[in-house]
This record gives sequence, C-alpha cells and structure tokens, in this order.
Amino acid sequence: MVDTATMDVSANPQAKDRDRPSRQGGRGRSLRKPDQPWWFALPALAVFGVFFLLPNLLNFVYPFTDWSAFHPQIGFVGLSNFDAILHDGSLARDIRITVEYAVLVAVFQNGFGLALALLLERDTRFNRFFRAVFFLPVLISALAVGYIFRALLAQDGALNGVLSSLAGHPVDTPWLGSTTWTLLVVTLIHGWKWMGLAMLIYLAGLKSMPGDVLEAARIDGAGAWRTFWSIRFPLLAPAVTFNVTTALIGSMNTFDIVQATTAGGPGSETEVFNIYMFRIFGQGLYAQASAMSLVLFLIVVVLAVPVIVGLRRRENNQ
Amino acid sequence: MTAVTAFPPARRSPLRWAQPAAVLLVAAVTIGIPLWLVAVTSAKPQAEAIKPNLSLPHHVQAGENYRQAFDQGKVIQGFVNSLLVVVPSVVLVLLLGAGAAWVFARRTGRLAGTLYALSISGLLLPPAVITIVMELRQLGLAGTQLGMIAVYTGMYLSTSIFFMTGFIRNLPEELEEAARMDGAGPARVFFQVILPLLRPVIATATIMVMLFAWSDVFYAFFVLGGGDRATLPLNLYQVANAQLYLNNWHLIFAYVVMMSLPMVAVFVVAQRRVVAGITSGAVK
Repeated sequence: MVDTATMDVSANPQAKDRDRPSRQGGRGRSLRKPDQPWWFALPALAVFGVFFLLPNLLNFVYPFTDWSAFHPQIGFVGLSNFDAILHDGSLARDIRITVEYAVLVAVFQNGFGLALALLLERDTRFNRFFRAVFFLPVLISALAVGYIFRALLAQDGALNGVLSSLAGHPVDTPWLGSTTWTLLVVTLIHGWKWMGLAMLIYLAGLKSMPGDVLEAARIDGAGAWRTFWSIRFPLLAPAVTFNVTTALIGSMNTFDIVQATTAGGPGSETEVFNIYMFRIFGQGLYAQASAMSLVLFLIVVVLAVPVIVGLRRRENNQ
Repeated sequence: MTAVTAFPPARRSPLRWAQPAAVLLVAAVTIGIPLWLVAVTSAKPQAEAIKPNLSLPHHVQAGENYRQAFDQGKVIQGFVNSLLVVVPSVVLVLLLGAGAAWVFARRTGRLAGTLYALSISGLLLPPAVITIVMELRQLGLAGTQLGMIAVYTGMYLSTSIFFMTGFIRNLPEELEEAARMDGAGPARVFFQVILPLLRPVIATATIMVMLFAWSDVFYAFFVLGGGDRATLPLNLYQVANAQLYLNNWHLIFAYVVMMSLPMVAVFVVAQRRVVAGITSGAVK
C-alpha cells in the first residue's frame, strides 16, 4: 500500500493539470449530480473488499486460534501456532528459502529476458518468429512446466541420458535431489518459464528509446558496449522495475513449479511458503497454515515493498 | 531495421551470421529440447516412457495415449469447468475494474485517492488463501464455481484497476463533456464513451487474467478442490498423482499437450494484440 502512492507518480501531475481548466470552466456543474457517480466504483470495491481485503484482515485473527479440521469450535490460543512453526524449524527455513527463491528468480528471469531481448532486438521476420517461440513457456501452465522439467532432470531422465552419451560413461546427477543445489535448479526453471514475458517488456523498453540520444552517442564515438551500459541500460529503468517487481511478487507466491518438480524436497530444502500451506492445510491444521500465510504477508510488506518503492524512486530520479 | 544502420558496416558483417546462429542454438536447447521431450514421450507406450528420454518412440501409440488421457483426465469436463470460472472472472474484472477506474481517474478528492491506493494493494500483497477458504465456507460458497469466480475477481481487480486508471487519466475529458452536453447520463457516458476507448487496456487485462487464471492450480485447489468442478490444471494434477506416482509420463505429457493447446491457439490468433497489450501496459 505504501508504494501505491509512488506508483502513479508519472500519471498524476498530468491528470491534475488537465483537471484544472475543466474545473473552472464548469463551475456551475458542481451543483448538479456528480459526473462520475460513486456507484460505478462500488461493485469493484465490494468484491475486492470482501474477497481480498477481508481475508487478509481475518488473517490477523485466525493464526491465534485453534481452527483445524479436528475442532468443531474455534477458540483463541494465543501464540501457540507461531510457537509450533518456530520450534519445528519451518518458520525460519521457509522464510530463508522463499526469500532466496524470490531473489534468484528475479536475477534469472531478468537476465534471460534481457539477453533474449538484445538478441532479438531487430525487427526481422526471423526475430519475430523466435520471439513467439521464446514466449511459448509463458503460455504453458506452470504445473505442466514443472512436470516437463521433472522428466528432463530425473536421475534416469533425459538430461542425464544426453550427458551420458556425450561423456561416454553413465552420468546420474540427482538434479532435483541435492539439498544444496536443487533450489537453484528450480529457480532456473521458474526463470525459464517467465523469461518470454520479461523479454517482451525489455523489447518494448528498447523500442521506446529516443533515436536522437543514441545517434548523439554514436557521433560522440561510443561503441555498442559503451552505448548499452551508459545510455540504453539506464533508459530501461521502467522495464527493470516492472520485471523485478513482477518476478519478486510472483515468485514469493510460487507453488506449481515447486510442487511439480520437488514438492518441497529434498529434505524440505525447496519448501516455500505456499508449499508449506498446501501441505499443512492438507493435514487439517488450518490455523497453523494461516499463521504461515500471515508471515508471508508480513515478509512481503517488510522486504518486498521497500525494494519496489526504491526501484520506482530510482527510476523517477533518472 | 533502423538498429542495423546505427552501426558502422564494418561491425555488422561478423554479426550477420552470428546472431541467427546464436538464436537457433539457444532456441533449440532451451525450447526445442523440452518440447521435443513432451512430444515424443506423449507418443510412447508406458514401458518406453518410464525413463523419459529424447529418442523417438520405437512403437508409436499417440492415439491410444491421447484417448486415455482424454478420458481419465476428463478433458471435456475440465475444459468446460475452466471456461466457467475463467470467462466470468475476466468479464467481471474488466467491467467492475473499468467502473472503479473511471471514478478513481476523474475524481480528485482524498477519498478517491485512498480507495484507489487500497484497490491496487492487491498488486503487491499476497492473497490470504487459507482464510479465503474459511470465509467461503461461512458464505456457503466453498467448493462452488461462484466462490472461485469471486476469488479470482478479487485477486485480479487490482491489476485491471491499476492499468485502466492510468489509461483513463491520459484520455481527454472533453470527450465525456461533449457527450454530457448532448444530454447523456453517467451510464451512457461510461458505456458509450469510456468503455470503447479502453479497448487497448482491456486487451492487456484480459491477457493477464487469462494467463494466470487459466493455469492456476493453487487457488483452485483450496477453493474448488477435486471432483466434478475441477479445472484442467487440477485434473492434470490428479492424472499425475494417480496410481503409480509419476510413472505415467506418456499420459501426463499427452495431457499437457491437450491442455496447452487452447492457450497457444489464443496466442497464435491474437498474437499482435497480446504483445501490444502486455508491453503497452508495462512500459509507458
């Protein structure tokens, strides 16, 4: 909520400028009924309030109860749900894993997306075709993507098969079975699934660049590399903000890819918040799952929102 | 094309073959291999598919696999169920979002500002999925398509309100004034002036909501559960988890192909719109 004020900074001043003359010109109007009646906003506010805001408010209540599949009545129990997730180690572990996951996804999704955008920047028929090809993973459901890579990366799967024939001896790397590296592998898959969207947004950013600035740089003798780092990359700031924001928020809410590839394993080393909630909800421990959901909410407010506000500010300063 | 001429010719010639070659290589490895794996595995008998590899099937039984996945995975039912929740969600997100965005864009008071900020908070805040379940039970909407539509609409309204409000602020208010002078009431102004002008941003919102809602399995799991109302992704999850866990690669991938085709078809038909919609929304 904090950043919403900064998010529309770019649109606001123009809106105000345009408002002024029409306000003055139509002074008599204010006595008549308003031109944009509030009841146009009411249905949206009602649905959003009841099915988004209210659950998030209730999420400050249910974690402190004993709500579960085993209790007919709900009673307050204080902090015992938080005690439980703190003491079985899931709280600290899931916070660490979810934050690592989000950061790695942001890096990969943007790295792949920007690389593809630069590779396919020219508007040729060939490049347009391959932009569509790289967009395909965005269209495939995340669950399906997870299964594809589970088959590809299984110990007796396709990748080890290819590597075996290349190496001349059997390779059986447990790509999805390492307690250290599997998180990295899963975030690479997540980055792969969404790189097409990041690519499109970076392409749009590259296209909207003022030609005269680039021309001036060329005349000043800047090479392609120099032009990129000194001019083009800074001008991509809005695209970076959008891509990093969506990657962070999207990957903190991740579920399908992780569930389909590792289901949180091995040894809970890829258990992000939503996997925990899914698992514990399935066991009927609703209040405990809800406690984790509250922590996720707070993590986003405390960690992600400042990052996004900061990015937005950086962009406006340039 | 303009980008090419921006570089001196001397630089261009070594890159002329390097770029297409790099594109082909990257596409083959990152997109070609995974999709090839899906295609060949979906045509293999179970014994061959148990260890997924890139070789062509010795015995092609694509028809049999697809038929089996079609029946076991209840493709028709899943497809209809997906449509029944996704289409109303998209329509509501667009219509309710446009109404709210119009008010937020044109009214300048503190109340409008606060409500706008609140309405787009859903862009950042995670939906509280566990308490949504509780609330839906109390409202008698748990496990119903109406509940699912309400949840999707609530979740994605922020996106459409955000994009539409920004868009309407950049529309000249004179168009509305003119319609009002001609005696049009607010409803007429909204439906005949504002909504038609929103076409580009409607495309963006449609695509965003469709992309997310069509492939969602997480929220659908909590709200709809399995059973007769399961959507396509939920059915895929059940196919994959049925019997021997993940030994049915041939069926899983046949299902993946059938389930992905509608989205790919939408993309192929509306490609230009999709690209313009996504990019115009993101970078202004």
